[in-house]
Amino acid sequence: MATRRPPRVAVWKFASCDGCQLTLLDCEDELLAVADAVEIANFREASRAVVEGPYDLSLVEGSITTAEDARRIREVRAQSRFLVTIGACATAGGIQALRNFADVEEYRRVVYARPEYITTLASSTAIREHVAVDFELRGCPIDKSQLLEVISAFLVDRVPNVPTESVCIECKRRGNVCVVVAHGAPCLGPVTQTGCGAICPAFHRGCYGCFGPMDSPNTAALIPLLEHTGMTPAAVRRFFSTFNAAAPAFRAATESVAEASSPP
Amino acid sequence: MTDRTIAVDYLARVEGEGALIVRIHNATVEHVELRIFEPPRFFEAFLRGRSYREAPDITARICGICPVAYQMSACHAMERALGVSVGGPLRDLRRLLYCGEWIESHALHIYLLHAPDFLGYPDAIRMAKDHRELVQQGLRLKKIGNALMQLLGGREIHPINVRVGGFYRCPTRAELDGFRPELESAFTLAEATARFAAGLDFPDVEEDYDFVALRHASEYPMNEGDVVSSRGLQIAVDDFEEEFREIQVPHSNALQSVRKDGNPYLVGPLARYALNYDRLRPRAASLARETGLGHVVRNPYQSIIVRAIETAQACEEGLAIIDRYVLPDSPSVPLPSVASPVSGAAITEAPRGMLYHRYRLASGGTIEDARIVAPTSQNQKRIEEDLRHLVERSIDLADAPLTDACERAIRNHDPCISCATHFLRLELARD
Repeated sequence: MATRRPPRVAVWKFASCDGCQLTLLDCEDELLAVADAVEIANFREASRAVVEGPYDLSLVEGSITTAEDARRIREVRAQSRFLVTIGACATAGGIQALRNFADVEEYRRVVYARPEYITTLASSTAIREHVAVDFELRGCPIDKSQLLEVISAFLVDRVPNVPTESVCIECKRRGNVCVVVAHGAPCLGPVTQTGCGAICPAFHRGCYGCFGPMDSPNTAALIPLLEHTGMTPAAVRRFFSTFNAAAPAFRAATESVAEASSPP
Repeated sequence: MTDRTIAVDYLARVEGEGALIVRIHNATVEHVELRIFEPPRFFEAFLRGRSYREAPDITARICGICPVAYQMSACHAMERALGVSVGGPLRDLRRLLYCGEWIESHALHIYLLHAPDFLGYPDAIRMAKDHRELVQQGLRLKKIGNALMQLLGGREIHPINVRVGGFYRCPTRAELDGFRPELESAFTLAEATARFAAGLDFPDVEEDYDFVALRHASEYPMNEGDVVSSRGLQIAVDDFEEEFREIQVPHSNALQSVRKDGNPYLVGPLARYALNYDRLRPRAASLARETGLGHVVRNPYQSIIVRAIETAQACEEGLAIIDRYVLPDSPSVPLPSVASPVSGAAITEAPRGMLYHRYRLASGGTIEDARIVAPTSQNQKRIEEDLRHLVERSIDLADAPLTDACERAIRNHDPCISCATHFLRLELARD
């Protein structure tokens, strides 16, 4: 019987901070085991060796912000049996999607003395807006054990076991005291997808939404509660407009709060 | 007459997206270009209009490799603007968190990015096929750095526990005591790392660097100090923009920093070590002596040994902090309201070198103007100098080995291209 070749995994980077692909290298206890089970065929941050595609699994970090990257992601898709996005940039456009709601020409002039040297698109978009995506892993950054679960699942053709409930559920399970009830802290936990381990409430801080909106979040009910904690409308808008600003449910929540003339 | 071009389209084992082009004409190096094509993300632009309290979490997202550095520089700059000082155990806890990042980041570079160049492998995973114990030793060390960041920061990438004025929650004495044996074993691993690194073969090269780093009255620099250089500069952080300026070049989405006379300079482990050798803690200093390094290291390849010594320094510093820790009454100091416009600047020592933040706040505390200068923007021009000298020395090599040698020379400085891309000035400076 011929030996089956190990599955080929590739890691790709677009506009991002590199933190999500670093998560793979942060699996200190599992990294060598993963490397024994798969062929790490294209991972520029970690290796000079590049094995040509096609790939069984492509992990994609970062958002699309240039015409060249919009072309490159189609090439990645064409070479990949499964394509999984890792993190808020690839899944929702990341914090750099704040440009989508501003004037990118002005941004370019503000940051660069010679804006003509800089090529960029007017928007930062999720990978799914360019190519078909087989699974989206949330987080800014992603969670290590969820990443290992997704890699394992795709390599044996099963659906990853990644819960889509709110942070509140995980927070209760962890036994945290509710920071909203106990301390009046503003918290996005009721509308944010779980997966982080509810770490912010465990550190006496409200969730700030880095895993993006949960499935059917009730943001309309949460907004008055946020205002009740003392947040101004402008602060509520910013709260929804940070690391997942362009995720549709958070964008809609931002837009539902009137741009008031109140203090920031 | 011959023209040669040495090109690397996509640099490997560096953080972020960069390329390299060297043009050679008749055995003379005509042009060296470390090209940064990482797309810009415009942090300085969208920071405007946000509350000063949001800066630590937002700027952390500039770099997943050194988020604590961004959080620290942002907090210190805001506290300078607000006229607030954070001392005692809260200051210690910040340094302890930063020690975690130094340990993790240095271990990542030493074992996963740099060592494969010395042992002749394309990456650490393939290196592990022959040197499994060595790679496991590196991963153990890296894991302890990450665990320290989890303990204090909640997670290792983009920690959630840092705020202007301190923290959201402070660890208990028992939690830190429980971590002490881990940090002690990290010190032992760092010693083994330094001994391993000192035994590697190094090309016989010295560069005439203008080293620039922080210097503190009593500590190996991390969170504060004056800016000093090996050519005699000593200035306060507030005068940084008087002595250093940024230039924009067509081939890069990052600005390059230069001294005001236009000359390049080097920040990072080699600079910190050369300018602060006398500030190493006793066991780290004794490790430095044991490796046979002098007080100043100008061979960029030997930065791998210096990183190992700095890792030991971070472990030893962390142990001292744990030993004197007393749980503070409050996890953060009170912050005044911003009644009138203020500004503040700070530099801290990221694993890769000085990270400068400067903010101007409107009354009410909204950010009006932000400026961030990352270590790799500062080193970019100096790395191009290293490359120029390397190619001049090695002009007889064939293209393939010369290209490999160039990539390797870049990795000596652990460039973080994701960082370097977003920095730039907020003030308009149109021609």
